[in-house]
Amino acid sequence: MREMDAIYAEGLTKEFKVYQSRGGLWGAFRDLFDRHYRIIRAVEGIRMRIQPGEMVGYIGENGAGKSTTIKMLTGILQPTSGELKVNGFDPHRERERFVKTIGVVFGQRSQLWWDIAVQESFRLLQKVYQIPPKEYKSHLERMVSILEIESLLDQPVRKLSLGQRMRCELAASLLHKPKLLFLDEPTIGLDVLVKDNIRTFLKEINQELGTTILLTTHDISDIEALCSRVIMLDKGKIIYDGSLTQLKKVWGGRKKVLLETEREIAITDFKSRTVDLPVTWESTGKRQYVAYLEQGEVAVSDLLARVVQDIPILEMQIEEASTEEIVRKIYQEGIPDA
Amino acid sequence: MLRAYLEVIRIRFLMMLAYRVNYYSGIVIYSINIGVYYFLWMAIYGEQSSLQGLSAVQMATYIAISWMARAFYFNNLDREIAQEIRDGTVAIQLIRPYQYLLVKACQGLGEGIFRLFLFSIPGMIVVSLIFPIQLPSIGTVWLTFALSLLLGFIVNVELNLITGLLAFFILNNQGMIRAKRVMVDLLSGLFIPISFYPLWAQTILNYLPFQAISYLPSIILVKGLGGDELTQALLIQLVWCFVLLIPISLIWRKSRKALVVQGG
Repeated sequence: MREMDAIYAEGLTKEFKVYQSRGGLWGAFRDLFDRHYRIIRAVEGIRMRIQPGEMVGYIGENGAGKSTTIKMLTGILQPTSGELKVNGFDPHRERERFVKTIGVVFGQRSQLWWDIAVQESFRLLQKVYQIPPKEYKSHLERMVSILEIESLLDQPVRKLSLGQRMRCELAASLLHKPKLLFLDEPTIGLDVLVKDNIRTFLKEINQELGTTILLTTHDISDIEALCSRVIMLDKGKIIYDGSLTQLKKVWGGRKKVLLETEREIAITDFKSRTVDLPVTWESTGKRQYVAYLEQGEVAVSDLLARVVQDIPILEMQIEEASTEEIVRKIYQEGIPDA
Repeated sequence: MLRAYLEVIRIRFLMMLAYRVNYYSGIVIYSINIGVYYFLWMAIYGEQSSLQGLSAVQMATYIAISWMARAFYFNNLDREIAQEIRDGTVAIQLIRPYQYLLVKACQGLGEGIFRLFLFSIPGMIVVSLIFPIQLPSIGTVWLTFALSLLLGFIVNVELNLITGLLAFFILNNQGMIRAKRVMVDLLSGLFIPISFYPLWAQTILNYLPFQAISYLPSIILVKGLGGDELTQALLIQLVWCFVLLIPISLIWRKSRKALVVQGG
């Protein structure tokens, strides 16, 4: 079934040699002749299967090995070991043929030519990817209208704002209708409106062209808006691969109940009422209290049953842990049985 | 695919046009250089009408032509490549379905064409009005010169690619780039025609690629070389164009494996 996978990786590993320098002048001198190095495993034995048309979020802390993985998947870096097929190609060895089938956006690097107008960059890409003029024109027009970049086309890239540039980068990466799109932190530093615009655009592209999208980001709301599947990386290893809902169910145990009461209540009063429940209380302001529920669905009604009887409540709110909190928790504690 | 490379040339040309103000200063620098070397060499010639087979007028022509040729073949590809390797933009280049090095060479050509038409040719007309130089009349000599100039350009680009790519292995190769630049200017015959070097030095230089960049094209035009001499000169250039491809492809293959993208 390998031919079917957009991405097929098995035991994918990348090691780097990191040279260590000795301190001081004498150390620097010794380094000239005898350098010490350490081998660092940035990515270790990754297994990944991604079907065509999927939108997958690839997350992990800084230095977890996300970028290194992306660079292997795009053919920039050669894997140290392991098997890798992307769109049916060996990315590093068949680079020139392979890269025609993918699009890449690096949020922190521009792939447009800095000094020339945006449309000149597009024209160059049209030639580079050998896109027939007619197809190029209609596809570009669509993207331009969704991304609202009409007025930017004749401006040099260096004069664009980050949000404007990012939208142009997206259009540039999709000109040749790649089957697979890599997005490396595409919404970094963008405002809410631009983020929304970009997300809508990506959804449309995914639905219409069936483009597979692999997205790395630190902004979990990107993942929530776009991806049904999440792959989480920690210290070069995959620690979670599955749906976002499953992740929330397993890890999002902690619910918050916010209460505002009519009169002041001693926090110990709350505590004594709920002593047998897995609840911790906190006072967050005048007549405002928060109960943290460790887990389970039953607890909320139990909690309320104990409290509402004698305490007049003005307002109440139940909050679930956000994906962001869950991810933070996993980063900090790790998944025990990974 | 050829179209893509032509487009790269065109775009570099446009970029140069966007920054054309930079080149006004270049015109002044080149004029001063031509002036300085002209007066220096005329002082060396003194009363003598000919040295090392070059007459005073031929020498003046040699100076003018070799500097104007330099405007065409000179570029900073080595520095650009080193920069792209250092800041990691080379990664972007690798996700494009083209040959990175060929694209760089085309950018160099776009730059060269820009300077040939907006700098060398007008400059040559001005210089020929100020200094007593003697250019051959329109004919095949100019054609062979153009061919030789192009070959010289290729050899220079190849040397630049090699120096630039070394940044893969030595992250700061600024010093090497500067040393290479001085070596090219000195050993290519730009400052001193090769025939003025002592014999032992000439023998060495004959085995080095530098003469193919400046000395051979200039001497073809100045002396109006023909027959065997011309064939030999062009052949030397052609051989270097091909020979230098070997180290380039070796280094490139090795650097693709050694690539560590800086900064994430």
